Amino acid sequence: MSITAKNIKKTFGRYTALDGVSLEVPTGKLVALLGPSGSGKTTLLRIIAGLEFADTGSGGIFFDGEDVTQVPAGQRGVGFVFQHYALFRHLTVAENIAFGLKIRRRSERPTKKAIAEKVAELLHLIQLEDLGGRYPVQLSGGQRQRVALARALAIEPKVLLLDEPFGALDAKVRKDLRRWLRRFQDEIGLTTIFVTHDQEEALEIADEVVVMNNARIEQVGAPQEVYDRPTSSFVHRFLGNVNQITLPWGGLIDGSTAHVEDGVAFVRPHDIELVHFSEDRDGEAAVVYDIHAAGPVARVSARREGNNESVEIELPRSQLALLRLVEGDCVLLRARPKHPPVSEYAI
Amino acid sequence: MTSRKVPEKLIEMTKENLAPRQPTTATTGLSRFRRSRRVLPGFLPTLGGTLLFLSLIILLPLAALAIKAADLSWADFWMQISDARAVATYRITLTSALLATLFNVILGVWLAWILTRYEFPGRRWIDAAVDLPFALPTAVAGLSLATLLAPNGLIGQLFAPWDIKLAYALPGMVTAMVFTSFPFVVRTVQPVLADLDPQVEEAAAILGAKPRTVFLKVIFPAILPAVLAGATLALVRSLGEFGAVVFIAGNLPFQTEITSLLIYTKVAEHEYEAAAALATVVLGAALAVLVVMNTIQGKLYRRLHG
Repeated sequence: MSITAKNIKKTFGRYTALDGVSLEVPTGKLVALLGPSGSGKTTLLRIIAGLEFADTGSGGIFFDGEDVTQVPAGQRGVGFVFQHYALFRHLTVAENIAFGLKIRRRSERPTKKAIAEKVAELLHLIQLEDLGGRYPVQLSGGQRQRVALARALAIEPKVLLLDEPFGALDAKVRKDLRRWLRRFQDEIGLTTIFVTHDQEEALEIADEVVVMNNARIEQVGAPQEVYDRPTSSFVHRFLGNVNQITLPWGGLIDGSTAHVEDGVAFVRPHDIELVHFSEDRDGEAAVVYDIHAAGPVARVSARREGNNESVEIELPRSQLALLRLVEGDCVLLRARPKHPPVSEYAI
Repeated sequence: MTSRKVPEKLIEMTKENLAPRQPTTATTGLSRFRRSRRVLPGFLPTLGGTLLFLSLIILLPLAALAIKAADLSWADFWMQISDARAVATYRITLTSALLATLFNVILGVWLAWILTRYEFPGRRWIDAAVDLPFALPTAVAGLSLATLLAPNGLIGQLFAPWDIKLAYALPGMVTAMVFTSFPFVVRTVQPVLADLDPQVEEAAAILGAKPRTVFLKVIFPAILPAVLAGATLALVRSLGEFGAVVFIAGNLPFQTEITSLLIYTKVAEHEYEAAAALATVVLGAALAVLVVMNTIQGKLYRRLHG
């Protein structure tokens, strides 16, 4: 089912959480709402879920074109997963999963057998077959979050919404679980929106990334696109490391990857090329003052000769070795030309 | 001036966190002991002090009571506690205490709910007023309730035309017990309600639960251990209540006489052994209630919180 948000405004007292936000999520896509805290991403998700309602006079929420703006959360048919799981602690894992089905009116409630089958199927899906009788307090964080997901899926929602689903988990579990979510989504094809402030997470698993800042949407696009071609200085700064270089800069060439805004060029550290200084080449002169070569990528810091501005450059260690660079060397910097079109050699 | 050393405790905590976790959640008695070792300095002095005070204030008087009761032979003891008048007081005390507790549970949960879920002018005043029954001498409470509920009193006269007796009858006794044990349920439930994760209720609502279902199936089970704890305290307090009840009960043997009053009467008549025998019954009943309820409550609590 597709989700449309049209011109959503939301204020809490004097604080504006959403300032006229519009969003279109096509059927079957996995979309990430990415932004710093306070950017309005969670509020937008909650309004889509029906846990929060947009200010009167603003636009609405549409599921498959149908206006659900005034429909309460319980009737929207959405699955929602909270950051801190929000499991029912007095119920076992199996009872938690069955909750949404058991509370239905008798006429709409599946039979006991059907509910038990559904629970077994979901326990299998989240790979916790043997733990149906446990209580949430006996589970690890990652297991609890999977139970929360199964509970949300039990009512067969048309949309799945996840609010920082991996935020409370440790790094390893977080990675496993997000890849699991991606595979699950590929198989089921449920329209899914998840909120995150972790750019790596968004870039890794989302079909589409919605970057939010200051109650507005900054940019929408495929992960590669928002990373490679940010349309605003905010997106540039928020996604990955970036050098902010005051113009004029000798190393800025036409057709480079640099994004220029208000007399400042934004260039990622790995998009800067570095060569030893020589009179006959173009580029901005700088002096290397720090070389950090631990890990697969070497990081070189240099100071511009003109204004002492610090610039970071990332390059493969093999290349650093070839350059025989030492601290104090004079170098020339320039922004790398735009990426050549992606070749098709990957299957 | 102080050198910045990493506190040992921190290092140990880090080690503990890095150590591979046991797959089971069960902890041995020993490891539990060790974990709480350093919260307060000097485990033995603090434990000793606690036990000393406990002995002086609680255990010693109770022991004296038992010793006094032991002056009676078994036959005399049994005669005293199974006397028809005494048995009637048990029935009356238990009935009114149970009714008062039921009332307190309903009223207490209700008030705790209002105090935690709503912000309204005067909320703080009401919150403070909940503790008043503890601050007021219970005899004063009994007297003022008796004045209000007597057939010619402000409230009593409303019921008098229908021949309903409030004071000097069961309703008055229950009212007095409700008054003196009112804060327990409110004060045990209130913090638990305040700590409930609102997202759990949202999760239920999103799964299609109506507000009534959310309360019955999600909120109530979560506060149940606290409700039971409060109810236990209220019940035990009501079983032993004296001051407030004597002024309003009328104290007619076989009708409105409670056990603690009978004990008082026995003391006044210098029948100390009889008084002690009856007191052991009250004590035993209170202990039984505490043990049973704490066991149930503990089980529920562990399920919720591990």
